[in-house]
Amino acid sequence: MLFVLLRLLPGDPANALLSVGADAVQIEKAREQVGSNLPLWQQFLRFAGSLARFDLGTSFVSGKPVIEEIAARLTVTVPLALMGFVLAILIAVPLGILSAVKADRWYGGLISTVSQLGIAIPVFWVGILLVTVFAVTFRLFPSGGFPRRGWQNEGQALYALALPVMTIGLVMGASLLRYVRSATQDVLGSDYLRTARALGASFPEALIRHGIRNGAVPIVSILGIELATTLLGAVVVERVFALPGLGSMLLLAIEQRDYPNVQGVLFISTLLVLMIGFTADLTQRLIDPRLRERAVGGNA
Amino acid sequence: MSPVETSVSTQKRRHSLALTVGLLLVGINLAVALLTLFWTPYDPLNASGGRLEAPSLLHWLGTDRLGRDLLTQLMIGARTALLVGTGAVAIGAAIGVSLGVVAAFATRLADDVMAATLDILIAFPTLLLAMLVVAASDSASLWTAILALGLAISAIVARLTRILAKRVLRQDYIVASRTSGTSWAGVVFRHVLPNIWPTLSVNFALQFGLAVIAEASLSYLGLGAPPPNASWGRLLQEAQGTVYTAPIGAIAPGIALVALVIGMNLLADGLRDIADPTRGRSR
Repeated sequence: MLFVLLRLLPGDPANALLSVGADAVQIEKAREQVGSNLPLWQQFLRFAGSLARFDLGTSFVSGKPVIEEIAARLTVTVPLALMGFVLAILIAVPLGILSAVKADRWYGGLISTVSQLGIAIPVFWVGILLVTVFAVTFRLFPSGGFPRRGWQNEGQALYALALPVMTIGLVMGASLLRYVRSATQDVLGSDYLRTARALGASFPEALIRHGIRNGAVPIVSILGIELATTLLGAVVVERVFALPGLGSMLLLAIEQRDYPNVQGVLFISTLLVLMIGFTADLTQRLIDPRLRERAVGGNA
Repeated sequence: MSPVETSVSTQKRRHSLALTVGLLLVGINLAVALLTLFWTPYDPLNASGGRLEAPSLLHWLGTDRLGRDLLTQLMIGARTALLVGTGAVAIGAAIGVSLGVVAAFATRLADDVMAATLDILIAFPTLLLAMLVVAASDSASLWTAILALGLAISAIVARLTRILAKRVLRQDYIVASRTSGTSWAGVVFRHVLPNIWPTLSVNFALQFGLAVIAEASLSYLGLGAPPPNASWGRLLQEAQGTVYTAPIGAIAPGIALVALVIGMNLLADGLRDIADPTRGRSR
């Protein structure tokens, strides 16, 4: 499917190799080099064949193997997404539970109102605001960029990722918070919680003992979707902070019509998304034995 | 824990408030957008003051790096945002609803194929899908962005329509209607669409807000409407470079955007309560 979508892009990729005003012979040579002179089905076979060998081809523009470039870029995107993800959980879970339990207090309402804001704010604007506050006004963090030598200088790399991680954490945290809140509300209204209370457990005790496990099941599947979105959506945040990650690679590749790079990035992201979905599924089964039984029943 | 008796009345109040505020926010945007068709404070395309002027009585929000009045740009941005939201939702609704209804009627196999395809499409974030469509067209324009977002929305709408329509089709009155000689087309227009419309319209309002955010993101990435079309996303992108000297440019367009999206979300909340009075609590 990716392949079809990409071939719909007009313009011969060979053009990317040539300077303006190349003659017919040069064009033919370039087309041969990138393989765009072959019939479509042969191009597809080549593509599918090399995918099986985990060879994503070489970039039309830089001439380097796509997989190498992706690997280098993942060292930025994956830590960025994961740290943002952890921050989002740290924000969303306590605040979400608090806002559901204390819905009748002023701060309970305040938290859910602020989280409403969170889903209406575009990620990149949060990034710009954080830059304005922390980089421009207080000069605490750099406004963008990433150390040239990457993770060899860990302190500097972490320092560069501070604001981007905050951006992702805040936006994702806000949308996650709403799910945690509604899951907690479901738990609060449940019969088993009332039973536990009736059997003499204190309220926090009952909530921790029974609530967390029950409430976590829907949250885990949301977490999976959110993590996938963050990985794929990193393109915007990376642009705000000029980070050399997977997203900026995709953007550049689209601009340059560098098909192997576009294909490679999309292939790897799809793979990551599938893996995350699978992990979320497994985690849910670990948490909730009822899901395991259903799977054994052959209803997968 | 939560006392049900008291919360019902407070919630009702909160929701009619949501509808009012939502209508107000969207209404202001619409009014501003219509106004720009006839009048703007300054010429949007030419400099009307010094570069990066601070806000003053002459330029309420200051000027951008080319000396153009920022308030004027912002007002035209409202027009762009509304156009994108409306256009994208209209395209998404037209394609999505028809596909969804067809899928609900189709044979088991065709339905399964469609459902699986939609699931795959939806797994891709809207923005990424839109980026690819924009890249596939030769030049970025406002219409490509609208089309791209419309296509992404259509997948979401189609899935929702399919599920809702199937639920309606299982009802006894559909069988009764068929037996009394109504054609399938008649069933669709007389029973299915009127029944699923309330839920769909709530979803349209939400999609509108998402489309506005996605368009801003596209323009921010340089894949949206090219200049001279003002778009909040591009205004923000341009202002980011001058955030040290003129922070207002990086703040005002964002506030406008968030106000519109929140307005649409509140509107959706309010609509949901009107559409479904039995539903006690919104998300």
